[in-house]
Parts: sequence; C-alpha cells; structure tokens
Amino acid sequence: MAKIKSIKELESLRAAILKKRDPNKPSIDICGGTGCQAYGCDLVISAFKDEVKRQGLEAKVNVKVSGCPGFCEQGPIVVIRPQNIFYPRAKVGDVPQIVSESVVKGQPVEKLLFVDPATGAKVTYESEVPFYKKQKRLILGQSGFIDPMVIEDYFAVGGYAALAKALSTMTPDQIIAQVKKSGLRGRGGAGFPTGVKWETTRRVPSDIRYVIVNADEGDPGAFANRSLLEGNPHSVLEGLIIGAYAIGSSQGYIYVRHEYPMAVQNTLIAIKQAEEYGLLGKNILGSGFDFSVKINTGGGAFVCGESTALMSSLEGKVGEPKAKYVHTAEKGLWEKPTNLNNVETWANVPLIIKNGADWFSRIGTEGSKGTKIFSLVGKINNTGLVEVPMGIKLREIIFDIGGGIPGGKKFKAVQTGGPSGGCIPERLLDLTVDFDELSKVGSMMGSGGMIVMNEDTCMVDIARYFVHFLEGESCGKCVPCREGLKRMNQILTDITEGRGREGDIELLEEMSGTLIDGSLCALGSTAANPVLSTIRYFRDEYVAHIRDKVCPAGVCKALITYCIDEAKCPGCGLCVKACPEQAITPRGKKKPVSLDTTKCIKCGACFDVCNLCAVKVK
Amino acid sequence: MKVSSEQKPNNEQVKRKADEILEKYQHEPGLLVSILHEIQAEYHYLQRYALEQVARGLKIPLTRVYSVATFFKVFSLKPRGRHLIQVCLGTACHVRGAARVEDKFERELGIKPGETTQDFVFTLASVNCVGACALGPMVLVDGQYNGQMNTDKVEPVLKKYT
Repeated sequence: MAKIKSIKELESLRAAILKKRDPNKPSIDICGGTGCQAYGCDLVISAFKDEVKRQGLEAKVNVKVSGCPGFCEQGPIVVIRPQNIFYPRAKVGDVPQIVSESVVKGQPVEKLLFVDPATGAKVTYESEVPFYKKQKRLILGQSGFIDPMVIEDYFAVGGYAALAKALSTMTPDQIIAQVKKSGLRGRGGAGFPTGVKWETTRRVPSDIRYVIVNADEGDPGAFANRSLLEGNPHSVLEGLIIGAYAIGSSQGYIYVRHEYPMAVQNTLIAIKQAEEYGLLGKNILGSGFDFSVKINTGGGAFVCGESTALMSSLEGKVGEPKAKYVHTAEKGLWEKPTNLNNVETWANVPLIIKNGADWFSRIGTEGSKGTKIFSLVGKINNTGLVEVPMGIKLREIIFDIGGGIPGGKKFKAVQTGGPSGGCIPERLLDLTVDFDELSKVGSMMGSGGMIVMNEDTCMVDIARYFVHFLEGESCGKCVPCREGLKRMNQILTDITEGRGREGDIELLEEMSGTLIDGSLCALGSTAANPVLSTIRYFRDEYVAHIRDKVCPAGVCKALITYCIDEAKCPGCGLCVKACPEQAITPRGKKKPVSLDTTKCIKCGACFDVCNLCAVKVK
Repeated sequence: MKVSSEQKPNNEQVKRKADEILEKYQHEPGLLVSILHEIQAEYHYLQRYALEQVARGLKIPLTRVYSVATFFKVFSLKPRGRHLIQVCLGTACHVRGAARVEDKFERELGIKPGETTQDFVFTLASVNCVGACALGPMVLVDGQYNGQMNTDKVEPVLKKYT
C-alpha cells in the first residue's frame, strides 16, 4: 500500500475503494468478537466459507468476519447484507439453508429468525430487533459492517475523513474549541470535560506531550472498550490522532488490559495498516504533523485503570497512584504534560469533528451530552452492549432494550459504575441516565458496566463481593484503603456468615467516611459506594443478616439450607450423583429423594443439576 | 518453544531467551510488564535467573523487577501447571453463581486459587472479568472459553485435559 500523501489522495482512494465495491453484492457478516468466540463462531465462519465454496459462490459473495454488533446474548450473530436479515444463535447446521435462501435468493429462513419474546412475532431485519430500537448506535453502529482487520472497510464507511478535515481546515485551537463546545465529558468514569483537559495539556509549555488511550477497563462486567478495540480500532485511532494534533503530541500509548488478547491483536494490526497508509508516522496526510502509537499491556491490576497508576505502569514501575494536586495534564508520563482519555471518549472525537459540536450537544441532557455505551449484564434477558443517548431512563434500558428479567423473576437493583459505583433500587428506575443524576443517588456512571440483579441476589453479599475485590486490588499505599478495606471485608464476611453484631452497620458507615476522606486515589475514595448504597437502599437485608441470622435472598451459605421439594421431585437421582458428600439418598423409584442437612456442604451442585426446580433454598 | 515446568531449562537457554525478548523490546525499561509477559509465556512462570537477566538487560535494580513481578496478579514466581484454569469472578459472573463453580474446581483439584496440583497438571486462578459476560459464568482453560458453567460441568471440563 502506498502512503497517502494528501487529503485529496485520501478521498481519491476512498472513491476508488467504493467504486470497486458493489453495494448490492451479498455479504455474510459474522461477528468475530470475543463474546461470539466463546459461542464457537469460528466453526460457523468456517462453515460459511466452505458452503460458499461448495455452491461455487466465491466470486459473488463476501464472507466477512465483522466487529461486534452488540447483542451478545444471541451470539453467534450473522447478518446477511444488503438486506440486513438478522440471524441470532447461528449454528453450523443452519449454514447451507441460510446460504441457499438468504444469500442467493434474498429470502429469510423463517424458522431461524429472531422471535420477539414480548409478542411472539418473528423479526426479519436487524433494525427491527427490539434490542436495537431505542439505541442510538453512533459509535458502535459501524462495527457490524466492517472487518476490523481491513482498513479499506473503514475507509469505505467514511473513516479518517474527520482526521482529514481536522488537519486541512482546522487549527489545534479550533479543534479544542469544538470539543469544548460539544460538552463531551470523559467516558472512563470521572466525567471530566474533555476539551478542558486537552486545553490544559496543550497550554503547558513543553517540547514533549503524550496522549494515552486508557483501555484498562478493569470494572468487572464492563466490556465496551474491549468491543470497540476489537471491532473498530480505527475509530479510536482516528480520535487519538486528531487529539494528538490538537494537543501537540507526537507520541501516543494505548494501555490495554492483559485479559483482552484479541483487542491487543486487532489494534496492533490497525496501527500497522494505518502506518502503511501514512496515517501514522511522519508527515501524516502531508500536513507536516508526526505522530506514532505504541501498545502496552497491563498485568491484571485494577488500580492501573487510574490515570497516574497507569502512567506509572507505562514507566515500567508498579501501578501506585500519585497525589492529584499535580495534574497529569501538567506532569504526567515521564513528568511531561499528558492527556489520558478512555477508549470511548477518543471514539467520540471523529464524530464531533465530522458533524460539529452543535450536532453533538443536541444529543443528551444539559450536563451530559452525546451517547453512552453500557454493558448490560447479569440477570437480564438481552445481555450485550447498548449505546443510548444520555437522558434515557434506566427503566427503558432494562426493560425496553434489555428485555427485562429472565425466568419471570423480579427486578431488585441495578449496579452501575463498577466497584466505584452503587446499587440503584426499583423505586428509582425512572431516573434519567446522566453523570450528575447517577451521582445524586449514590452511584456513578463509571465506564459503563450495568449489572442487573433480581430477587435472588443478596445485597449484603454484593457489598462483600465488591469490598473483597477492592481489598485485593488496593495498591497498599494508604492506610484507610489498605487496612480499612481489609477490616470492612472481615465485617461483611462475618455478617454473611452469621456472625454479624449490632453496631456493624454504623461501623461500616464510619469506616466508609474515613475511606472517602483519607484515600489518595479514587479506588479508595469510591470504595465505600457499594457499601453505602446497599445500606441506604437495602438496610433491612443487613438487619436480617445481623439480627435474625437470615439471608432473605437465599444466597449466603451459612444462613441457608437446601431441601427437596417433594411435590416436584420425581426421584430421578441426578442430584444423588452430583452430591460430593453423599448427602442425598434415593428412596426408591419415582419417590422423592432425601437430603441429609448434617452432611450437606451447601455447594449447590444439586441445585444446578436439577432441571425441575425440585431443590429449594430456604 | 514452550517448556513445561518439569523440564527446567538451563541458565544458558534462559539467558539467550531473555536477551532475545529484551532485544525485541529494545531494552526499554518502560516495557518491563510486556517483557515479563513474554518470559512467562515462554516458561509458564518467572524464575529468578530470568528476572536477573531482565534487570541486567534493562540496567535497573533487581528489586524493581521483583516489585513489578509481585505487584501484577498475572505473574507467577512459582512453576505453574501444564494447564491454566481461570475462573472469572467478575460481577456479572458472580451474580450468576461463579463462586459455586470456583468452589467445585477447588474441591475437584484439591487446591486453592493461585496454587498448582502436585502433579503439575493444573493451576487454578481467578480472574476479574474477561469481558464475555453474556456467557457467564465463564471459565478459561489455556485461553479457551467455557461459558455458561455450573458445578455440573466442572468434571467434564477437567476430563478434556486429563
């Protein structure tokens, strides 16, 4: 590939690519993201390639491994274009029929279509799937149409036009003014105004400035950054190059957590291809601007999602945060002015430059502009990545987009903001999703993890889970965090194991106050949120555990017993085999089994193996 | 070339490999974490002699190499088993019962997370979210995804590798 030496050459290349592509040529787009990999999409991809070959269609049909279309619950996802016929949970056995009917004839295979659980109706086209209807997929929307390992696909959907516009028609100050005017706030958790951060970094007199993409995404349950880097890495690179130009940086870093090997691989490929085309390196698009990017991986430390800890790790040191009275915009990586932003923040930039700040600021609320990507996970029907305009109601996300709670169970709470966030109960479901609204109720936006919980979730156990997680991830520098979390974990464990005492709740609240006041970084200062929000909204559960030694949700092992529902048990003996302690004995054919609670270690194996819900938790 | 923990490479081999990796990363101290990743990928753990070579090659104190090697959870200073089992304990997997799955692995293998079976076949580890939440509870074995796990599926997964 020859380097593109000017804006004009870029547009000529784009036109040439589009000319060679027939928009009516059938394309089988199969999601190749990590989620669908876990479903075995590789087998489906091979099956399609083999079938296309077998039917002699190689010259007439594209088989494309695309980025993530977001509806992870229904993977492997296959979309037949140009009609956009949507096939969820595609199996190898379905492939020949899909090719014969949809690819060749453009007709849907009725029995393989998505069925709307609310109406029972079949849905043919991608845009009609209820999961997508209320979303505004400005950032994620491209992923399903491109092969992330093919830069020409990105060119074909208008990629790098924003960069060309920025380099050829805008000064750095003008770009920063647009980002400021747009109202874009950081998508990593803190929600700091992006344009202000860029401007601060630019204004510091220095010969060297750095820009960083924070792809550490440590919040358990959040995977939007993973999906973006896997599925559309160029969208992030383009934003980064524009930002680097505006800020005055010639060296960028992408810090990806180690648990995302495919994101690392796809981003490396994207960087290489961008370099080959002259979109990275020296004299980008003939503008005189030089910029290059390196990738570093993390090592399994949640604290390295914090900006100063991340930079420390980039310097080859342990990820210990630094005091924030020295802003990293002034002294960051290698003591130089550094601008760090989240993956999603960077991905918003090309849209703002292309469509203008006014367009962007018309989406969202007064204090929170644009869209936000959430990973909707947990006890929810439609697990996946949703992109919604700020200001949408939580209820709409969970019920209209998420499809509500599986198994007819009742919604109990939704946890946002990861370990730094809080749990929001049912009575607040009409809350609008916005940075400030979420903070007001004791939670936060965070990086976008949204974990739905039902009546079978114990909120004390959830608080214990998060505190246990944070105790392990604390860097250890600050006493309130290091010692406080350890002690809070002990107290919460005692409560869940039946050793809770009067005064424990008040003690947890007091220790939370110390954590907030005495921690150097946000890991410690927000660690109290899961505890305080569960006490605020679910105090009665804490009281039940402490005073009555009961776990109302039936989760805490020490406070529950397993028993057999004799009316439902057919005596099949599956649980007898599954029990590691021989605590269950058969009583004869078609007679319910007997469970000896003195031998039961409450491992849950019988509960898991019984298909008839005959094992109950008391 | 992957070397199992049972066949310990000699110092000469380790030095050569370390130098190769250091060369690849241009002896940049900032890339210490990436360098340690590659050494661990080669030998399944970080042995002292390898860390000494890294310190020498990067011209940084051995204590700094050790502090980084012990700070990041992904690194192991002890030999690991042939197969690495990683149980995801992320929040989404947790609410779907991941703790019970982990308990079952512990009982079957007789080890706790972070430990290796005596025959060096399995190492059990917990990991905080691999981003495949739709299929939780998720367990990775040697990087292969095993989704929708429950206590019942643990033995069949282990059987695949023995």
